[in-house]
Amino acid sequence: MADLTLHGVTKAFGSHVVLDRLSLQIRSGECFTIIGPSGCGKTVILRLIAGFETPDQGEVLIGNKKVAGPNFALPPEDRHIGVVFQDYAVWPHKTVFGNIAYPLELAGVAKSELNTRVHEAIALVNLKGLEQRFPYQLSGGQQQRVALARALVMKPEILLLDEPLTNLDANLREEMRFEIKEIQKATGATILYVTHDQEVAMAISDRLAVMDQNGRIHQVGPPEEVYTRPADDFVFKFLGISNMVPITSTEEKAVASGPGGMTEIPLQPPTSLREQGWLGFRPMDVQIAKQKTERTVAVHAVRVTLLGPIVDYLFDCKGLQIRAQMLTEDALAQDLIIEEGSNVFIAVDAPHWFNAQGEAVS
Amino acid sequence: MTAPLAEKKKLDVSRLVLLFSILILVVIVAVPVLLILVTAFFENGKFNIAGVAKILSDPDTYQALLNSLVIAAGTTVVSTVLGTFFAWLVARTDLPFKSTMKALFLVPFMLPSFIGALAWKVLLSPRSGYINKLLMAIFGLERAPFDIMSLGGIIAIESMYLFPFVFLQVAGALERMDPTLEESARISGADLFTITRKITLPLVMPSILAGALLVALYSLSHFGVPAILGTEKGIFNIPTKIYERIYSSGGSFGAIRVGTILSTILVISAALILKLQDLLLKKGQYQVIAGKSMRPVVLKLRGLKYPLLAISIIYISITVILPTITIFLVGGLKTYGLPFQLKFMTWDNYLKIFQWKITKDAIWNSLYLSVGAAFVTMLAGTMISYVIVKMKFRGKFILQFLGVLPFSLPGTVIALGVILTWSGRFGINLYNTPWIIFVAYVARYMAFAIKSSSASLSQVSDSLEEAGRACGATHWQSLKDIVLPLIRPGMISAFFLIFLPALRELTTSVLLYGPTTRTIGVAIYTLNEDGETVKAAALASIALIIIFVGETLIRKFLATLEQRATKVEEIKNVPA
Repeated sequence: MADLTLHGVTKAFGSHVVLDRLSLQIRSGECFTIIGPSGCGKTVILRLIAGFETPDQGEVLIGNKKVAGPNFALPPEDRHIGVVFQDYAVWPHKTVFGNIAYPLELAGVAKSELNTRVHEAIALVNLKGLEQRFPYQLSGGQQQRVALARALVMKPEILLLDEPLTNLDANLREEMRFEIKEIQKATGATILYVTHDQEVAMAISDRLAVMDQNGRIHQVGPPEEVYTRPADDFVFKFLGISNMVPITSTEEKAVASGPGGMTEIPLQPPTSLREQGWLGFRPMDVQIAKQKTERTVAVHAVRVTLLGPIVDYLFDCKGLQIRAQMLTEDALAQDLIIEEGSNVFIAVDAPHWFNAQGEAVS
Repeated sequence: MTAPLAEKKKLDVSRLVLLFSILILVVIVAVPVLLILVTAFFENGKFNIAGVAKILSDPDTYQALLNSLVIAAGTTVVSTVLGTFFAWLVARTDLPFKSTMKALFLVPFMLPSFIGALAWKVLLSPRSGYINKLLMAIFGLERAPFDIMSLGGIIAIESMYLFPFVFLQVAGALERMDPTLEESARISGADLFTITRKITLPLVMPSILAGALLVALYSLSHFGVPAILGTEKGIFNIPTKIYERIYSSGGSFGAIRVGTILSTILVISAALILKLQDLLLKKGQYQVIAGKSMRPVVLKLRGLKYPLLAISIIYISITVILPTITIFLVGGLKTYGLPFQLKFMTWDNYLKIFQWKITKDAIWNSLYLSVGAAFVTMLAGTMISYVIVKMKFRGKFILQFLGVLPFSLPGTVIALGVILTWSGRFGINLYNTPWIIFVAYVARYMAFAIKSSSASLSQVSDSLEEAGRACGATHWQSLKDIVLPLIRPGMISAFFLIFLPALRELTTSVLLYGPTTRTIGVAIYTLNEDGETVKAAALASIALIIIFVGETLIRKFLATLEQRATKVEEIKNVPA
């Protein structure tokens, strides 16, 4: 097994710079996710590692071996990296068996070993019994498994997955993301997974990197760390529904300024935040109460929607819109399925403070 | 993001493919075209526009230019009227046996127009035409009532065999047209005449014009019909004039120079026509084309139903069946000019076709040249398409331009370019060998191959090939194991798209043939010129049988191929 390193990689298509001096280290055997909005260049990172693109500057290393640099590129076939594409790229003229056997045929694996290994891979992705089917006889999810088995059958040290679940329906997506995790445990391969779906990223990663529209990485870390301690407002906003309230902070208090006037916030802002800034919080971290306390702020319910397991609220606080969510069970117990238009009080549990530049302050 | 597979090794597959594609296009297309322009505009190394003007104002060449224009204009008008009318009849009325009639209207495509011209010359030539003689005998006329050997005759015959171009375009547009457009006009109170004039006609106009331009393009540079019906009477168009000059001067440079100047005019006109057509077709794609399964409003013909059916059947009988029978009968005559009576008929001519050197050679030459050219052109075209569709490099537009250039090169122009390139100028002299015809066919049909292969290649997503590379396949292995099997149906149809027209080619071959390298088309033409009309007709009959059987079998074969391919196609396009 080997580490995967990108060192100061720059890549431009024409005058459009997609990656600017990007560095990243993925540890051997971990499941690493790059998450970012579509078109942010995350697929380009995969293509650079796989060898479908060459970096303009910087280098790509597998272990200590340089596989790509500005004047050098090991061809994809010599990198021994498994790739699963967003559109599966299952070969329509080959059967399931033929697709999965192809990498071994190329490697000149003997017939009997080839059979064993293909069947192992087929078992690993739960495709038993479909060996002789052609891709047009398979569902999207089954094709995705073929692509996965084809990538795994060569026992690669590194497996690259490019949004492999995007084209699947919701149920299948959930099922597959646990399977990918299982397969990773079973094979021990280093996985680099690229997606715009933060739920998948949270579910399967050991570590993840959050990337913005311009190809800049904002934060790298384990999912719980990135989620609970976002480095800046971009990461915070990207990883789930969020409220961002503009505030002005002085030594003793913070004031939220909405179009309808000022509201004093009953929270202690960090000492390092002494100017304009932002208060961010998740809808689930909002406590709703019918009674006023010293921790609460008065709001006005604009919209109350029952979403099954949770209730979604939209509140107005002097022109500021605030989203809140509560488990339906708890809302029922506290009689909080309130009428639209009624006045209630809210308190924020886990505040995130950001300065005017968007950096997190604590 | 669809950039090529990144590679920096010297002389890897992609570089080799790129270099080879450039080489082919330069040698086969760019050099001949450049030589034509240089020969036309430079004399003794100096730019000479006065010489060009002098040649064009020569009454002889000027008349040929004028005739080309008159023939092309006339043919275009007649074909457009015929094609549009029959298309409307088949697509928008309750004409009986519509689908059969639709297929029948495309049969004239199978009959090579020069063979049609030959038949009509036999029937309607002023001196010895069978129908003319018959009419003169019946009505006691002193002069033949029809003269097919005239500008009018040439226009009539060309239109007979070219109208399917318009028919196909217009019938397609009428069938795909959204009927709600017409229905809403009807609801607003418009009568059928107003609807046709104000709604239907403007909507299909782009298709009509596109079909018309196709006819104009073809007619302008068409050799066969004017050669058979006009030459004897001194009526020349550009291609026949070029042929006459080169043939009568024994291939002198002066004649070739005149040819290059006339060719330049052909190329410019063709380019203009194609550009215009491109604009029209783009414009014509607005919402006219709705879903495929629309049921168009059908006009009830009522009392006219059977008369119109009869007219259609008579039209097809006269344009297809009558000439075909005539050719077969003439091919069976003991001597040309005898009446069609059993005692004057013989099987000998047909049997001798396979013994007599000229005709035996011609059939053999045409077969191996068209198979060979189709095969090589298909392979080269596939490679060039791969470069154009899948690879990214600077200056790609030049290659794209060279790839579509052969579309606007008339057969005569290609022949001249090939003569200029391969007659020893670069140390290789192919003149009088079959190779010069082979090279010309490759150039002439390259555009077909590129078009067909590009279409199937653009359906193969890049990730299929990249998945191969990631699995350990070299570039060459991924081409061989993944890309080629997926585009094989497109390659096979490209092969036949070239093989069939090459088999009956005349315009290009006639400028390039040598004593032993006649093709079927050339042999029919020269036999007829030498007064061997019976032998020409017998060979033409054999050619018609080969063409008919070939087209029918191949069409069936391609249909099954397509059926099999659609399954693979579905998954190539929609991964989910």
